[in-house]
Amino acid sequence: MKTIKVSVVTPDGPVYESDVEMVSTKAQSGELGILPGHIPMVAPLAIGVVRLKKAGGKEPDLVAVSGGFLEVRPEKVTILAQAAEKAEDIDVERALRARERAEQRMKDQKAEHTDFRRAELALQRAINRLTVTGKQ
Amino acid sequence: MASLRDIKNSINSTKKMSQITKAMEMTSAAKWNRGVMNAKAFVPYMEKIQEVTVAVAMGSNGINHPMLQSRPVKKTGYIVMTSDRGLAGAFNSNVIRRVFQTIQNRHKSKDEYSIIAIGRVARDFFAKRGINVDLEIVGISDQPSFESVKDITSSTVGMFSDGTFDELYLYYTHYKSAITQEVTEKKLLPLTDISTSSKLTSYEFEPSAEEILDVLLPQYAESLIYGALLDSKASEHAARMTAMRNATDNAKEMIKNYSLIYNRARQAAITQEIAEIVGGAAALE
Repeated sequence: MKTIKVSVVTPDGPVYESDVEMVSTKAQSGELGILPGHIPMVAPLAIGVVRLKKAGGKEPDLVAVSGGFLEVRPEKVTILAQAAEKAEDIDVERALRARERAEQRMKDQKAEHTDFRRAELALQRAINRLTVTGKQ
Repeated sequence: MASLRDIKNSINSTKKMSQITKAMEMTSAAKWNRGVMNAKAFVPYMEKIQEVTVAVAMGSNGINHPMLQSRPVKKTGYIVMTSDRGLAGAFNSNVIRRVFQTIQNRHKSKDEYSIIAIGRVARDFFAKRGINVDLEIVGISDQPSFESVKDITSSTVGMFSDGTFDELYLYYTHYKSAITQEVTEKKLLPLTDISTSSKLTSYEFEPSAEEILDVLLPQYAESLIYGALLDSKASEHAARMTAMRNATDNAKEMIKNYSLIYNRARQAAITQEIAEIVGGAAALE
């Protein structure tokens, strides 16, 4: 099967680079799967997991992405994220603490407050990281 | 002539000083290395986001996003990046001088501009002169992660969106090499002069170009600030390293001169003693 180059780039450096058969992501408008030969496209991503299916049908690689962009070109897919981690790079302890903190903050704040929105996003990011490591 | 003991004291204190400057040079060298690596790691992200931004902004005609349009300028914001600490040669004063001169040439009244100060030196300088400092950030780590400066970048970009500023300029020191750094002025917002040399790709947008620009442009502006910060940090450490190396060299030179004076004074004292002994013995004969 044909493959396509994928790279995940963050401000702190490239995180992932490989040839894959399929990229599936969560865009802001819904789930999005990219196969080789896709037309050029740009889409903003939601906080979520990027699944990268490698040739040979083994388990897909998982990358936790905290928002950003997906850029598709005929020969390459680039994911521009403000933060992204591979499953093995995630600090589970830290994510657990972040989740606890965010939940606590959401209990303390009123729902319309901006801090509430921020805590909500922090919670989403923490849960997302935990999902990728399979510790959820 | 100073006494022997005075000269000895000067030699000792200069030696101690040179040990300190030497140590500071070495820590700066280590930080400089890391700083340059961080700045390099950021390049792929910056290039890519620039490419996409340009492609989206240029490729979709008839789209008017507030961040892409110049509006009548009532208030200008200047982001000034300096370090928190001194002892970095002319690093801080170069940036500050450039900003200060620009402001005096461009503006007549103090209401027309204000400063966003990054680093203690810039904040103190402008606050002391009674210039509005709207936002100040001190104590940024030497290796700032994107996450840690997210608050700064988003609140700065937010000040443009909510109309506090109609223009934003960025002043920082661009790192060229270990010995040359250059003060750079960049117009951050509105993004009127984005262009690219590479070929434009025409994209399909999901959901729409407007919605993508809404998310993309703030992120692009934030990346520009973050990139400038990394650049400025690399320059700071390079400047401090050079300044400290010069200080150490000067100290060595001073020690050499003092030793010469010391030896000469010692020789003079011995000669005088001999002359006195000889004189005394001659008087007895």
